[in-house]
Order: sequence, then structure tokens, then C-alpha cells
Amino acid sequence: MRKLNIDVFRYNPLDPESKPHMQTFVLDETPSMTLFIALTQIRETIDPTLMFDFCCRAGICGSCGMVINGRPGLACSTQTKDLPDHIVLQPLPFFKLLGDLSVDTGTWFRQAWERIESWIHTDKTFDPNEEEERMDNELANEIFELDRCIECGCCVAACGTALMRKDFLGATSINRLARFYIDPRDHRTEEDFYEIIGDDNGVFGCMGLLACEDVCPKKIPLQDQLGIMRRMTALQSVRGIVPKFLLDRLSPRRCGCSCSEQHND
Amino acid sequence: MQIFQSDLLCIGAGLAGERVAVAAAEAGFSTICLTLVPPRRSHSSAAQGGMQAALGNSIMGEGDCPDIHFTDTVKGSDWGCDQEVARLFAENAPIAMREMAFYGCPWSRVVPGEHTYYKGGKPFKAVEKEENWGLIHSRAFGGTAKWRTCYTADGTGHAVLFTLDNRLVQLGVDMHDRVQAEALIHDGDRCMGCIARDLRTGELRAYFARATLIATGGYGRIYKATTNAIICDGGGQICALETGMVPLGNMEAIQFHPTGTVPTDILVTEGCRGDGGTLLDVNLYRFMPDYEPEKAELASRDVVSRRMTEHMRKGLGVKSPYGDHLWLDIRHLGEKHITTNLREVYDICNNFLGVNPIHQLIPVRPTQHYSMGGVRTNKDGAAYGLKGLYAAGEAACWDMHGFNRLGGNSLAETVVAGRIVGAKVVEYLQGDDNTVFSTAAMRDAAARVQERIDILVSGRNGRENCYAVRDAMQEVMMEHVGIFRNGKDLQAGVDKLQALLERSQHIGLQGRNMGFSPELSMALRVPGMIKLALCSAYGALMRTESRGAHAREDYPERNDRDWLNRTLATWSEGATLPTLSYEDASPYFELPPGDRGYGGGKIIPGDIPADKIRPFGKAEQQEAK
Repeated sequence: MRKLNIDVFRYNPLDPESKPHMQTFVLDETPSMTLFIALTQIRETIDPTLMFDFCCRAGICGSCGMVINGRPGLACSTQTKDLPDHIVLQPLPFFKLLGDLSVDTGTWFRQAWERIESWIHTDKTFDPNEEEERMDNELANEIFELDRCIECGCCVAACGTALMRKDFLGATSINRLARFYIDPRDHRTEEDFYEIIGDDNGVFGCMGLLACEDVCPKKIPLQDQLGIMRRMTALQSVRGIVPKFLLDRLSPRRCGCSCSEQHND
Repeated sequence: MQIFQSDLLCIGAGLAGERVAVAAAEAGFSTICLTLVPPRRSHSSAAQGGMQAALGNSIMGEGDCPDIHFTDTVKGSDWGCDQEVARLFAENAPIAMREMAFYGCPWSRVVPGEHTYYKGGKPFKAVEKEENWGLIHSRAFGGTAKWRTCYTADGTGHAVLFTLDNRLVQLGVDMHDRVQAEALIHDGDRCMGCIARDLRTGELRAYFARATLIATGGYGRIYKATTNAIICDGGGQICALETGMVPLGNMEAIQFHPTGTVPTDILVTEGCRGDGGTLLDVNLYRFMPDYEPEKAELASRDVVSRRMTEHMRKGLGVKSPYGDHLWLDIRHLGEKHITTNLREVYDICNNFLGVNPIHQLIPVRPTQHYSMGGVRTNKDGAAYGLKGLYAAGEAACWDMHGFNRLGGNSLAETVVAGRIVGAKVVEYLQGDDNTVFSTAAMRDAAARVQERIDILVSGRNGRENCYAVRDAMQEVMMEHVGIFRNGKDLQAGVDKLQALLERSQHIGLQGRNMGFSPELSMALRVPGMIKLALCSAYGALMRTESRGAHAREDYPERNDRDWLNRTLATWSEGATLPTLSYEDASPYFELPPGDRGYGGGKIIPGDIPADKIRPFGKAEQQEAK
């Protein structure tokens, strides 16, 4: 088994004495070792002050996004055997640094969901005695496919626009909105969606570098969703100029309730 | 010290905590949620299977109804549950599922026509009905008469949690993430909130609230091998226990799953064995048929877990740097089957173990999975002992699971109980206009927490390493309070845990951080975790019968004559053991104790008084007539 040299970014913003630096820890590699196991070992046997975030340690909760040898990814599902014996770990950029490898994703995501109003918009009220609204299973699967985002923040950390434009919503938010766009339970119109993401902090800020999709640990088709939402908002931006029937024909929105009608009017 | 005030304080923001928060916020009450991690990272998100509710839309669930769901739940609990609560749960589950659909959950839906399903490893065909197109579908889970488990592909917990959290954002519920509750504020009569630690800055804060909910999930981390997330350390139960007056129920009732993977303890599904996977020992010998000639690997979860442990105790486990394990072999199922029907298993093995299950063996061992016990509440979710304190979800002992919970019932419980308890919390808040909070009680609680922190930081009482003490506790729990239990081992376990509790008084920090210290979080938790461990171990020692997941080798019978009851554990200040008392398992019986129909085992029958027997089916309505 190899000896691993793990270089970890260290900085405690609450400590006036602390200066950002790299610290090297040496560990014996064990079978099936992941970065979760390695970092936990470092904290519990070498340096108890080391800050990092893990929760489910199973690639489900999105807590442990960090930059691993230069690339954002989930530490819990990264095995040391897939890395060279020199490993460099840094916190995700873009998010507020809390200390060492720990960043504040919670605050950022909450404000993003408030900005894009990440919920079903409807005038209906829930009736406990009524049968559920029916839905085609294929559509349910398509919605879930986009809902699989675990909000690890890797896509935003890898995003060129986000690094330059601090209010950029990022691929995760555009994907989240795309999820509501195809959900017939959400009664927002294309105009509503345009108001939310039809600017430089939304779909038009994207430079098309597409690192977001490259680093997404859940392999969500972020590129497609950006394309769909950009096309929809671009069409909205010329409403009043291009005739409505033409806009409707070009609109990418799909109706999920098998009624063969457009849903956005 | 910063002081926050709200009508409702939810400690924990997984599914149960969020569902109660939604109820309060909808009724116009100010609500603050405290959570160790951003809410969508809660352990609820890890539940893949689904939620049981008797909707009966799928062809294999046809004819299902709350009566059948109730019956399955009571049998599953080995008659340890509160039948009034199990009935409430079964009746309300379908409504809660539809409500989640209304809020946007992408439930998998019925697709009419012929489909291939798997049962016992064999494919069969079934035809879904045309008229049920697009309704919520359901899949099969163990211990149920019908296919009843609503699901969203392979990510039910994730999908429902995100749906619910969206609703919280919409309602503007205050979310304080990275905050750890350390002690409840109370005056011996009423709970008024909690003292918490800000995990960004390390500072203490006070939260005053008219009603406080504990919804912090399970306490699996008292075991070394657990499928639970690392945050499932029993923080909420510890806060309740430390009051000295709020009892925890059935802490000895702990469920194990046979196939947790080694080293990270991530679960691989029962479907592996269902589809024909086998268990092998260090000599690559298939041992299960020797113990269970008929069912072999397909015996119930508890039985398989027990046999695996028995076999490893004979020295036939595989040694590894992470402890002994056995092998799960699915190679013979072939590449096509593994990459389609068992895709999730294939991914887990590749991503977390570096094992390709098409060609390699999967390292597995029985792993702690679920805590049936928790903060004892009445059917409204109100904790015993303190007014204004509530609990819901895995953190609570509400108690619909008794001594064994069925797959799919725990995830359903979060939103069903959340809905019911949420309505009761709202009633309480509407009927209680007491907004006077005791600053003396707050200062007292804060001073105690601060004193503990000062001791840990200064090393005044010693420099024991908190991780070493925790590891020792986890080892004791695996060794002595595991799947097989007996008086001798349990007594030895209790003794060791008592010694560890003493040792934990001498913990001191090894490192020093300005602001937030991760080591301090653990150091503050360890003594409480050992107390929870003692509640489990001592409760298990005193319960001289076998019921559900509690299996005593020296008392193999389920004893309805003496033990048809629930253990209640409280902790007096300065004590080294919990004080145990007992209450009836159920206020009445719609379903009198009987044979579960699986698992075997002998029963010592009890005498149920005639006035405790109710006619079966909607007992409450009949009572109203």
C-alpha cells in the first residue's frame, strides 16, 4: 500500500493569526479508502482542528464538495486509489469560506431559491378528500431527472461567469427552474420565467464554457437545460415583435398532462 | 448572547421537522428551524426506498386499505406498537402522499399495460389497469400483504425533502443551518426553547419558543457500523434526556440490516439476495443454508443478521483494517442483470468500494440501520414530562413501530406524523397565549453549557480524547448490544459503558481553534451519546424476552404475559444508570397479540382484559357511535 501525501488548504477566517497556507498530512492508504475516510482519519488522529463537511458520506447529500487535484467533486465518492499519491485539497471557490475545506453553501442556495421562487405556483388549494392530479409517468421521471440535483455547489464553483459575476444564478438554479418549467402543476407563464432569469445574472450571463456539466457528480444534463431555458427566454424577449402563433410554435415547453395542448396560456 | 424568539422552534429540519414547520407557518405562526447541515442535506434525503400508504393504485396493491396497512404495521412491530397511533398513521398516510404530490413531488405513476416485476428473484408479468393511468404507483417491500410503497425512482427521500423544503422557502420559514442544540430551556414544567451553538462562529445562542419540536432523527452513531449519516448522533434525544424529566421510549429497540458495505457502511439493497445473491465466509463457503436450510439468505432481516454475526464469532469472517466482514456474491447473476435491475448496487460498489460486483465479491456485515426508540410522546406528538415540548419522526417514540419497523413505514412516518403533530402544535399555540419566558431558566441552561465548554477547552478535568472515548463506546455497542443479546454480555456492556461515562467526564480538547471547533462538537456530544447507549443497553438487559429486533438468546420467547409494554428511561442528574419504568404497549387492541406469520419463535401468551379489546377497523369511529 502507498503512502499518501495529502496537501490541505488551511485558513481560519475567525483567527487573526491565521494565514492561508497548505499543510501536508501523510497517511497509509488502506483498501477502498475514500477522501471521507482519509480526512476523518486526519482529524481524529493527527489534527483535530481541521474543518471540512461530510454528512451522508454516500454521495447523496452534497455536503462534501471540494476541489480535488484542481477539479471540483464530492470527496466522499472519491477513492484515493484513483488519485496519485500526492493529493491536493482546496475549498470550493465562489462560496463564503468558513474555514479550511468548509464553505457556506446553505446560505447561498437558500437565497437562490428565494430569487427564483423555487416552488410550485398555483391558485389551487389541497383537498385531502380528492384523488391526486394524474401525471404521465414519463413526465414524472423527467421532472425527477432534473430534481436529482444535490446542491453540492460544484457547478457554480467551476463556473467562469459565477467567478466574475457574484449575483449569477448558476447552472443549478437554471436547472431548478427548468424543472418547474416542465411541471404542469406550476402555473407560471413563460413571461414569469423570463422575469426571473432573462438577464445577465440568469441564462444570458452563461458564456457556454460548460464546466458545470463536466463536474456535475449527478451527471445532470445541465447543458440541455441551459439551452432550453435560453431559447424560451430569448423568444420571450421578442414577444410583441414576433407574432404570438410563431412564438407558441417555437416554444420548447412541453405539456405533461396528455391533453395535447400548450400549457402556457 | 444572541436571543431569538419564535412561536415554534424545530430542532432538526429533515422531513418530520419541516412538515411540522409547514403546519405552523401555514397557520401564521413564526417558526425557526435549527439544523446541523443545510436542510436538504438532512439524512431524510438518503432514504431511497419509499413511503408506505394504502392508495391501492397499482395492480399488486389492488384492494389495499388502511385496515390492511394497520395490520401489517402491528404485526411488524411484534405487537410492541401503540395501536391507536398505528391506526392514525395508516388512515392518514394516503392523504399525506397526495399532499406531497400537490406540492410538487414527482411520484412514480401507474403506467397501464403489461410489466415484468420481480418477486423472490423470479420475474413475473402483471397488467396495470387502464383506469389507474397516472395515479401514484407503489412497489413491494418486506412484511407487507400488498405492494404499498410509494416511490420516486430511486430517490424518494430526496424528492420529498426537496418538495417540502421548497414549501418552507415559499412560506418564509427561518432556517438557521449549522446550529447545534445543546440544552433545552425549561423551568421544570414548561419547555421554552433551547441553548444552541452556532457552528460557524462557535458562539452560544438562546432560542425562546412557545413550542419546541425535537426532530433530529435517529441515534445510529452510538454504533460503529451504521448506515446512518454522521450527523445522526441522537442530539435531540440527548437534550430531552438531560432534562431529567422527559422519558425516552424503547431505546433497546434497534434495527440492523444484513448488508451494510465495508468500510463506509452504505447499504446495498435486500434485492441482491432476493434476486439470488449468496453470502460467503473467509473460505468462500456459502454458510447460510447450514443455519437456515429452508430460506438460507432469504430469511428475515433480523434472522440473516443474527446468523452472519454468529458465523463471524466462530472466526470465519474476513479480516480487514476496518474489522471483520463477510462476502456478498452476486457475480452469477450476470452483467446484464446487475447493470439493470441492480444498478444502484453496481454504482455504490464501484463508486465507494472500488469493487466491480460483476467480477468481484462485495464486503458486507450487519449494520445498525434504524432507531425505533426515541423521545416518548403521546398520540399528538407531545413529549411526556414537559409542556410545550414535541417530537416527531425517527427522533420520537410516537410509537407506531414497536420493536421492529417495516421498510417504507419510517419514511412515511415523517410526513404523516409531521402532518398530525403539526396540526396539534398549531392547536396548542392557538390555545396557549403564554409568551412569558424565563430569563433565569435561559441563563441557567446557558451557564451549564458554557461550563461544560470551559472544562473541555481548559482541560481542567483531564485530556481524554473524545474520539477515543466515542470509539470505545461504539465498540461496546457492537460487541454487547448488537443483534444477538444475552444477560451476561449485556451486563458486561452496561459495566463498560458506565466506566466510559466516567471517562467521558475527563475529556479535554486536543486541539485549539478560534471560533468553531469540530472537536468541541464531538466532545460535547460524547457523554450524552454514552447515556443513550446506556439506555439501550440497560433497557435490553432488563427486558427478559425476545420481541422484534430485540433478540435475547437466554429468553427466546416473546413474552406477552410480562413484557407487552414499553420501556421508559429517564436520567436523574449525577446518575450512572437510567431509571426505567414501564407502560402498556397500547391503550387498547384492535388486533390482539398473535403470531406474526413469519420469523417463527415461541410466544408466552398474555391475558388481555376484555375492556382493552376493541372491534377491528376504525376503532375511533366506532367509539364515537
